[in-house]
Amino acid sequence: MSAPAMGTTKTAHSDVAPKKKRGPGALATAYLVIYNVVMTAGWLVIAVGLVRAYLVRGSYHGLYFSIEKPLKFFQTGALLEILHCAVGIVPSSVVLTGFQVLSRVFLTWAVTHSVREVQSEDSVLLFVSAWTITEIIRYSFYTFSLLNHLPYLIKWARYTFFLVLYPMGVTGELLTIYAALPYVQKTGLYSVTLPNKYNFSFDYYTFLILTMVSYIPLFPQLYFHMMRQRKKVLAHVEEYKTE
Amino acid sequence: MKHYEVEILDAKTKDKLCFLDKVEPNATIGEIKSMFHKSHPQWYAARQSIRLDPKGKSLKDEDVLQHLPVGTTATFYFRDLGAQISWVTVFLTEYGGPLLLYLMFYFRVPFIYAPKYDFTTSKHWVVHLACMCHSFHYLKRLLETLFVHRFSHGTMPLRNIFKNCTYYWGFAAWMAYYINHPLYTPPTIYGEQQVRIALIIFLFCQVGNFSIHIALRNLRPPGSKTRKIPYPTKNPFTWIFLLVSCPNYTYELGSWFGFTLMTQCLLIATCSVCDITVCV
Repeated sequence: MSAPAMGTTKTAHSDVAPKKKRGPGALATAYLVIYNVVMTAGWLVIAVGLVRAYLVRGSYHGLYFSIEKPLKFFQTGALLEILHCAVGIVPSSVVLTGFQVLSRVFLTWAVTHSVREVQSEDSVLLFVSAWTITEIIRYSFYTFSLLNHLPYLIKWARYTFFLVLYPMGVTGELLTIYAALPYVQKTGLYSVTLPNKYNFSFDYYTFLILTMVSYIPLFPQLYFHMMRQRKKVLAHVEEYKTE
Repeated sequence: MKHYEVEILDAKTKDKLCFLDKVEPNATIGEIKSMFHKSHPQWYAARQSIRLDPKGKSLKDEDVLQHLPVGTTATFYFRDLGAQISWVTVFLTEYGGPLLLYLMFYFRVPFIYAPKYDFTTSKHWVVHLACMCHSFHYLKRLLETLFVHRFSHGTMPLRNIFKNCTYYWGFAAWMAYYINHPLYTPPTIYGEQQVRIALIIFLFCQVGNFSIHIALRNLRPPGSKTRKIPYPTKNPFTWIFLLVSCPNYTYELGSWFGFTLMTQCLLIATCSVCDITVCV
């Protein structure tokens, strides 16, 4: 479940930040600012694309096709974030970031792209819009944080919008995977059967079902984690503001 | 002889949990743990972590009271390590499972494969060989657990047994499923020659692994928990200590490599890589 990939970045920036400069150096900061600005712009392009397509067509069905390319490009580009954690210029867990980004990329390529029949489903619009709004807020949050100039509104939005966007995205994702199931079963997509030289088998249909089941334990954990983060981050700011 | 007073506080809440007076200066932490257990029967010694500092390292059972940096009234902090289970129990369970599970697949117990294959045997001789090797491997591990290994910790947290067993039993069942499958394909790349070479590699590594376990055992006198650096001995299999400090893993990897070659089962290669990644 990657709907709003809020992550566990400890960017609780405030003027009382401790003096230990374990963050990225000047060059890394510049790179990250550029990266986050580009990503914000990219997802804005997707957002604008969705709105324009809706206005032109007059309906919200089949909007995926109008933003297919930028969606694939910018969502796949997020793989760089795993590298950022691995290299250390971003203080997040490689495993957690990897998990979030890979699940997004999985949905983009291994489900939506691969099973053409689901591309016209409304559930795709559901998760794409959830992702779009989330990512615009998230990347602008990072941009402003890096520049040490974070407007409260962005911080508030990042830690509040997920309350609706996360369930919305998860619903869209699950419905899309569910819609893909019959086609995967019929065509044996990405599946390997016995007998073969390497004595290996893989049933993509079962794999997708297991993926859907895995949302049950994982989604609540991530959701409640974000709620706890929200209490911590927004409560702290309020305390500070009353001084 | 001056007696000590010992008070034990909860590391998180700082509540006074226990007060012991007239403690001998040469009492060990282990003995203090037993005394603490008497007043709190739910916390047996193995699940107690006694430390000088609430966030510090656990003291060892062998540490002697008078040699610790404490006054005559010693304050210790206690943390509950949670339910514990002995290493031996865990090892026996996690190794016994694969041994039995594999045999269930080998004998094609009902509900695994299609009903017409129930209780049939494979027509490929390499499948029989693989079963013998796999069973030998886990029997060896079980016997080593009982007679060879000397453990530095008596126990581990209870939840580890579920984690470990899922891993061992899961992989054993999964690979056994493929190897004993009615549609199993024996090695095709180099056929019989491949199986023979694989068997030699497998046996070589089994002997190597066993030699290392014996060498490591001999480093540690019975009943002790000492740790010493291992060096090569007269046994050629131990000469690998010149290259690697934990060659039991090297030999283990070699065994699984041999097994992969023998069965030409991709899954085993993948599992071995994951296994090593996890261990490292």
